[in-house]
Amino acid sequence: MQKRSLALAALLILSSCAGHQQSVVDPAGPQADRIAALWWFFFWLLVAIFIIVMAFAVWTLTRPNRGLEQEPLEARHRPSEQKETQLRRIVTGATVLTIIILFVLLVFSVGTGKAVSELGNKNNGLAIEVTGNQWWWQVQYLNSDPSQVLVDANEIHIPVGRPVLIRLRSNDVIHSFWVPNLHGKRDLIPSRVTTEWIEADKPGVYRGQCAEFCGLQHAHMILYVIAEPEAKFKAWFQHALQPAAAPSTPITQRGQQVFLNNACVYCHQIQGTTASGQNGPNLTHFGSRRGIAANTLPNTPGNLGGWILDPQTVKPGNHMATIAVNSQDLQPLIDYLESLK
Amino acid sequence: MRTLSVLLVCCSLFALSACQREKRDLRPSPTRLAIFGDAARESSLRPGGPVQPQPVVTNPYNSSGYDISEGQRLFDWYNCSGCHAHGGGGIGPPLIKKEWIYGGEPANLFDTIVKGRPNGMPSWGGRIPEYQVWQIVAYIRSMNGEQPRSATSSRPDSIETNPQNILQRGTQGVTK
Repeated sequence: MQKRSLALAALLILSSCAGHQQSVVDPAGPQADRIAALWWFFFWLLVAIFIIVMAFAVWTLTRPNRGLEQEPLEARHRPSEQKETQLRRIVTGATVLTIIILFVLLVFSVGTGKAVSELGNKNNGLAIEVTGNQWWWQVQYLNSDPSQVLVDANEIHIPVGRPVLIRLRSNDVIHSFWVPNLHGKRDLIPSRVTTEWIEADKPGVYRGQCAEFCGLQHAHMILYVIAEPEAKFKAWFQHALQPAAAPSTPITQRGQQVFLNNACVYCHQIQGTTASGQNGPNLTHFGSRRGIAANTLPNTPGNLGGWILDPQTVKPGNHMATIAVNSQDLQPLIDYLESLK
Repeated sequence: MRTLSVLLVCCSLFALSACQREKRDLRPSPTRLAIFGDAARESSLRPGGPVQPQPVVTNPYNSSGYDISEGQRLFDWYNCSGCHAHGGGGIGPPLIKKEWIYGGEPANLFDTIVKGRPNGMPSWGGRIPEYQVWQIVAYIRSMNGEQPRSATSSRPDSIETNPQNILQRGTQGVTK
């Protein structure tokens, strides 16, 4: 029994090392490098302290009984003057050492924070605004040219090796943006703008999650940062700027009619159609996303059908309306949405 | 011991009284077509003979804090605030008032939203699910203090919507 639980614990620890998609100790950018270095410094220092404290505890518990415990302290056991001084020195020394260690940790922590905030050449930066909503992320690629502004949701594409300014805002309550492989946490505060710079050194998909409790579906507020080489990023961006392609088959054409004639349009936008709602995620290129419902479920036709028909079972309390879709309308609607690549 | 148990019972009774406020219907029915017939009439006058007795329609989301706040969110999401502001009115009539053109009972408000009204009020029937209409109705009634205080938000996100305060302030403004 004990062996099995030990093995299980070891497995859990190992699995947290292996899951590189969302991990502080697997940094993928200069900011995360500094934070990981700080993390390891804390870790080894605290491991050393833990071992020393445990060694003292074991020594105290196992050393021979000197018989003092049986006698009243006041009457018989009076430490000598010399012993008294020695004990006082030990206690004072340990207290001072503790304060010094805490101070060293503070200095390293502040130093890392300062280094991270001053990091890198930011002239070539890309600005992305991330807006927190209960419970999804709106992602807007900022540009002084309005025709180059792109609105997306729950996925951030960034070019490798280029610093990216993330401007954080919130539409409702406080959320927190945390992609551990790239940076630390930063809160999204209503009616304020907070910022952080991220940069990815290597291509990859990094998972992030809301890190500030924000209501019923806080745990299902997931986003992916997809770092790609510059050329690939540019190609993706140009494609994503295009309005949705007109449906080409009869079934997707019917699906578009279903979408436009239902309550969907009050909350969702599909560029290139009359659907222009701003309350929910933009669906212009929905078919190319990894997940649905802020990456709660993988983006498959089956999951999408379940989500449209009964969103409150998939993600109880979320703000997607439960609408009536006729059985013969559902498949065209799914096919249309999945065709929006 | 006796006092303690009495105290405990009282406390749990207090706690229970708050249950209704936070009751949530997390799986509402998606029905979307409901236009009342005579149940929501504003007047007893009726062409073609005496009025047939009709069942009284009540709002299923009465006195639920959650649904009132959902109604508040939807009021902005569906742009009711575009014409009615946050109750004060603008392009459309104010919603904080004692006298209603088309009746102020929950069934009347439901009917107004679902059917639409002349001179600009669009019809939302068949557009949004019925439960959301009822949530909006609950919110509009809460603006007028017609929902229990325990269920209404004590701190509005928009301008002050306590009719008593606004009417008093308005009156003072006129007399000055």
